[in-house]
Amino acid sequence: MRKHVDLLFQIVSLTTLIVALAALGALVYDIFTDGASRLSWTFLTNIASRNADEAGVYHALMGSIWVIALTGALALPVGVAAAIYLEEYGTRSRIARFIELNISNLAAVPSIIYGLLGLGLFVRLMGMGQSVMAGAATLALLALPVVILSTREALRTVPGTIREGSYALGATKWQTIWNQVLPMALPGILTGLILSLSRAIGETAPLITIGALTYIPFAPDSVWSKFTVLPIQIFNWVSRPQAEFKTNAAAGILVLLALLLTMNAVAIIARDRSQRQGRA
Amino acid sequence: MTLSPTVPSLSGIAKRAGQSAASLHTPLKIDVDRLNFYYGEKRALDGISIQIRSNLVTAFIGPSGCGKSTFLRTLNRMNDIIPGTRVEGKVEIDGQSIYDSGVDVVALRRRVGMVFQKSNPFPKSIFENIAYGLRINGLTKSKAEMAERVEESLRQAAIWDEVKDRLQESALALSGGQQQRLCIARALAIRPEILLMDEPASALDPIATQRIEELIYDLKKTYTIVIVTHNMQQAARVSDFTAFFWLGRLVEFDRTDKMFTAPAEKLTEDYVTGRCG
Repeated sequence: MRKHVDLLFQIVSLTTLIVALAALGALVYDIFTDGASRLSWTFLTNIASRNADEAGVYHALMGSIWVIALTGALALPVGVAAAIYLEEYGTRSRIARFIELNISNLAAVPSIIYGLLGLGLFVRLMGMGQSVMAGAATLALLALPVVILSTREALRTVPGTIREGSYALGATKWQTIWNQVLPMALPGILTGLILSLSRAIGETAPLITIGALTYIPFAPDSVWSKFTVLPIQIFNWVSRPQAEFKTNAAAGILVLLALLLTMNAVAIIARDRSQRQGRA
Repeated sequence: MTLSPTVPSLSGIAKRAGQSAASLHTPLKIDVDRLNFYYGEKRALDGISIQIRSNLVTAFIGPSGCGKSTFLRTLNRMNDIIPGTRVEGKVEIDGQSIYDSGVDVVALRRRVGMVFQKSNPFPKSIFENIAYGLRINGLTKSKAEMAERVEESLRQAAIWDEVKDRLQESALALSGGQQQRLCIARALAIRPEILLMDEPASALDPIATQRIEELIYDLKKTYTIVIVTHNMQQAARVSDFTAFFWLGRLVEFDRTDKMFTAPAEKLTEDYVTGRCG
């Protein structure tokens, strides 16, 4: 009887997995058949246009790259610093526990709320306008909880014997963290960063909220430029009545997927390299 | 703790220790007076008083959980990093209390080096493992001086010949015994005055163990060494003085030859002859 239950459970788990993967596969297949014909070099280098066959994603692609790079640059140092404080310095204090609880809550807040915060804080109060900086700062807020949680997890995996070895040589706490703990935790930290940036790159709602849904006839040339991003461009095309724009949207989704995969691949290579350096 | 006439040893184990007959006249290095230590509410050390002399090897023996490692770690304040621990009593090194509020713990650990039970090389190159302590303490002025100090400490730890051609390779590629000697070299590089060793050979095979023991014998010319071991033959072979711990108390402390041949306490005798513990 127990064996049957075991077998049943295996079959159920496998079925769920197959259903989930099949849904994803069908989605990718559908997008691919719709959009693959539209993919070309000119689709990447052309700018948005009223004519569907002349329209391209250049501005949106550049906008996405700018925004996500800046998001990473903002979220990584702040997230790692916060995690180091919580894990290494403040673990036992009441305020640290309070912050901790709220970080877990933040991870579950809908992204549009971050958009509203970004609109109020960055766009209006801090006067950043509808700039790359305002968008990246908003997305960095969104990414922070995951970066902090995964960094803490990574810091915890560094064996205590390594810390002791460093302290025994007359190292200060900061020297120990900077020279021994952080390098060993780096692969785990990068994994968390990849996960959270992957989520951020596909976000539309918070960026629409801060006002990135406008016609932008240029690619960003600084962090203070106005911008648009791929998900917004796709959203824009999907909402047009003409069928040709639907094809453009599908092709845009393929570009976004490719960007996402490239980003993840780069991050995984970076992670593996730092892991190997740790052993070398 | 009086100088007794050398008792003819049972197996020659006390021969080496007996060689340092002048041991009582070497200066006092560590003076501990009525030390209590707590993990939270639990008292792990109870009224330890001991005087450790310079340039000698002092061994701590006793069954597992008797507090010998905990006591060792109070000597460089390594227990500070464990939350919820507390110390009472006095520990003086060269006449200076190390638990006073103004004491720089980082500077203390520079003077009191430590080698751990399980070798813990950093996941970096062999060179970097040694250079780390020199760098963080700012002890060298040039690259050449750094290389010199690295070589010097690797030679002191008797591992130079084995690693001199692969200093840039990972320390984790070394064997267990080599890793432990690397950790000793790492501790020596910053030229401490005292070297604390917490069962440094417990995870090693007999040949590697012998090398570590020979090393300890050489190192005591320069350093004051305190070694925790639960191998009594090892204590007898390497140490000049032996302290026997039992349930968080120091039962007996005397010259090693006396401890192993004519201990004053019945409990010590039972333990060193293997009747208890």
